[in-house]
Amino acid sequence: MTGRAIIDIRGLFKAFGDNEVLRGVDLAVRDGETMVVLGPSGCGKSVLLKHIIGLMKPDGGSIVVEGREVTGLDRGELNELRMRFGMVFQGAALFDSMTVGANVGLPLVEHHRTGGSELDRLVEEKLEMVGLAGTAHLWPSELSGGMKKRVALARAIALDPDVILYDEPTTGLDPVMAEQINELIRSTQGKLNATSIVVTHDLHSACFTGDRVALMDEGRIAFEGTTDELTKTENEAVRTFIARGRRPLPGEREADPSCDRYGLF
Amino acid sequence: MTSSSVTSRRNQGGFGSGLLRTFGGGALDLVTEVGAAGLLLWRAFLSLRKLGRSFHLIVVQMRRIGVESLPLVMITSIFTGAVTAVQAAYQLKEFVPKIYLGVAIYKSVSIELGPVLTALVVGGRVSASIAAELGTMRVTEQIDAMDAMAIDPVRYLVMPRVVAALIMLPVLTIFADVLAISGGFIVSNLSLDVSAKTFVEGMKLFFFPHDVLGGLFKAFVFGGIIAIMGCTAGLRTHGGAVGVGRAATRAVVASCVLILIGDYVLATLLFKVIFGEA
Ligand SMILES: Nc1ncnc2c1ncn2[C@@H]1O[C@H](COP(=O)(O)OP(=O)(O)OP(=O)(O)O)[C@@H](O)[C@H]1O
Ligand SMILES: [Mg+2]
Repeated sequence: MTGRAIIDIRGLFKAFGDNEVLRGVDLAVRDGETMVVLGPSGCGKSVLLKHIIGLMKPDGGSIVVEGREVTGLDRGELNELRMRFGMVFQGAALFDSMTVGANVGLPLVEHHRTGGSELDRLVEEKLEMVGLAGTAHLWPSELSGGMKKRVALARAIALDPDVILYDEPTTGLDPVMAEQINELIRSTQGKLNATSIVVTHDLHSACFTGDRVALMDEGRIAFEGTTDELTKTENEAVRTFIARGRRPLPGEREADPSCDRYGLF
Repeated sequence: MTSSSVTSRRNQGGFGSGLLRTFGGGALDLVTEVGAAGLLLWRAFLSLRKLGRSFHLIVVQMRRIGVESLPLVMITSIFTGAVTAVQAAYQLKEFVPKIYLGVAIYKSVSIELGPVLTALVVGGRVSASIAAELGTMRVTEQIDAMDAMAIDPVRYLVMPRVVAALIMLPVLTIFADVLAISGGFIVSNLSLDVSAKTFVEGMKLFFFPHDVLGGLFKAFVFGGIIAIMGCTAGLRTHGGAVGVGRAATRAVVASCVLILIGDYVLATLLFKVIFGEA
């Protein structure tokens, strides 16, 4: 857990027109740990993840993954890197013209030319890991939101990645389903021994899944530390973020009291 | 303040300058779109080295672009041929012997009407559907997901569509040519008082294979235009459901305009420069 930084982000800057989303993000993720990036909606968490996997190009700063600068890679090198990453998109992003099984199997077919019964076996194995055994023949439109996210996770781990990126895995799910997904992230982490980055604005999910937590605020990382440190810090941004979770505005989701065991409430 | 000054400036221009701006903006959009399409076409060309592995994807697209367009093409071409017969008969009237009716129909269909009308009706149908499909994939992050799993969307989505359209447009055009000439033949026979023998004799009189080949080459190029403009508009989609709608419109407009411009260029090239010499 004290391993070297596998992902090292320095001074990352990104603006869309006048909208400066990232204004110098510094973040180091160590080999084998689960890093949770917290932050309010719209603060640029998804944008940060997309930079890590090279889907967006930064205006400034650097992203070093295992000693290689991502921003300077050509398409071929980038794809080599991406083979070792798995990403669960915020909206699942399942291919809706393919069945669940074909979705999960696509990376295997395309990169390892797996086929026949071997493909079926691997797909079923991944689906089983996310608790969806026997759903390979369904279409994405036949799934609930939670099932979609789990299929997206199964697809992300199809190639046994070294790094898994989760974009809001529990957002929009009921508490039971959210809990299941949290546990799934934990157990996947245990089984694959991967490094994970979980992006969320759900404090409870952060406490449960994370080894370390970073809080994004105003386009920068305002706090970085263990979950324990998060609960004890006097950091202004952290206190504000937690306080906002504690006194939900009308219509906002009620704060999850189970985070209490960390003494937050 | 800024927004109100922008609107007021917009309102100052009268109808004429507004029209000019709309037209200029549209032309500029088209130029940008064509530039992007050129780049995309080049990347699709480079991904041809994985042609063998994309075979199943190409077959699916050939069915969607080719087979599913067949009913539309059949109806369009039969009536095109019929109308051509009536119009030609009216224009030739007493001045020209009836034996030339067959050749007039055959020439106009195989050189011009077959390829162009097929491309226009198939283009409307296919480029819109490609743009809407890829556009939806873009706004729901399916394209990003594909990129993220190191699968090149150009290889997986664009190249199969372009290859399929390049193959299927000439095939559809052959169907269209045959049906249009048959339509013309039937009308000539039944209502224009031109016997089957006269019609066929006339066709044989001036049958040049390069008429048909030139027409099919046009269809080949039009196929590429239709697929690449659909893919370009689709991949450049942004902004939700409205964006997808706009992408479909852009694809249809761009492919129809380019088909007509391309038709002129190819007609000059083929029938003036290349075959004209012979
Ligand atoms: N492709 C894009 N083009 C223009 N602006 C964008 C784009 N992607 C994101 N943004 C802007 O960047 C900001 C951050 O967006 P992002 O999706 O990263 O938020 P987020 O932190 O993931 O929020 P949420 O928790 O709601 O998912 C937003 O203001 C958004 O409008
Ligand atoms: Mg997000």
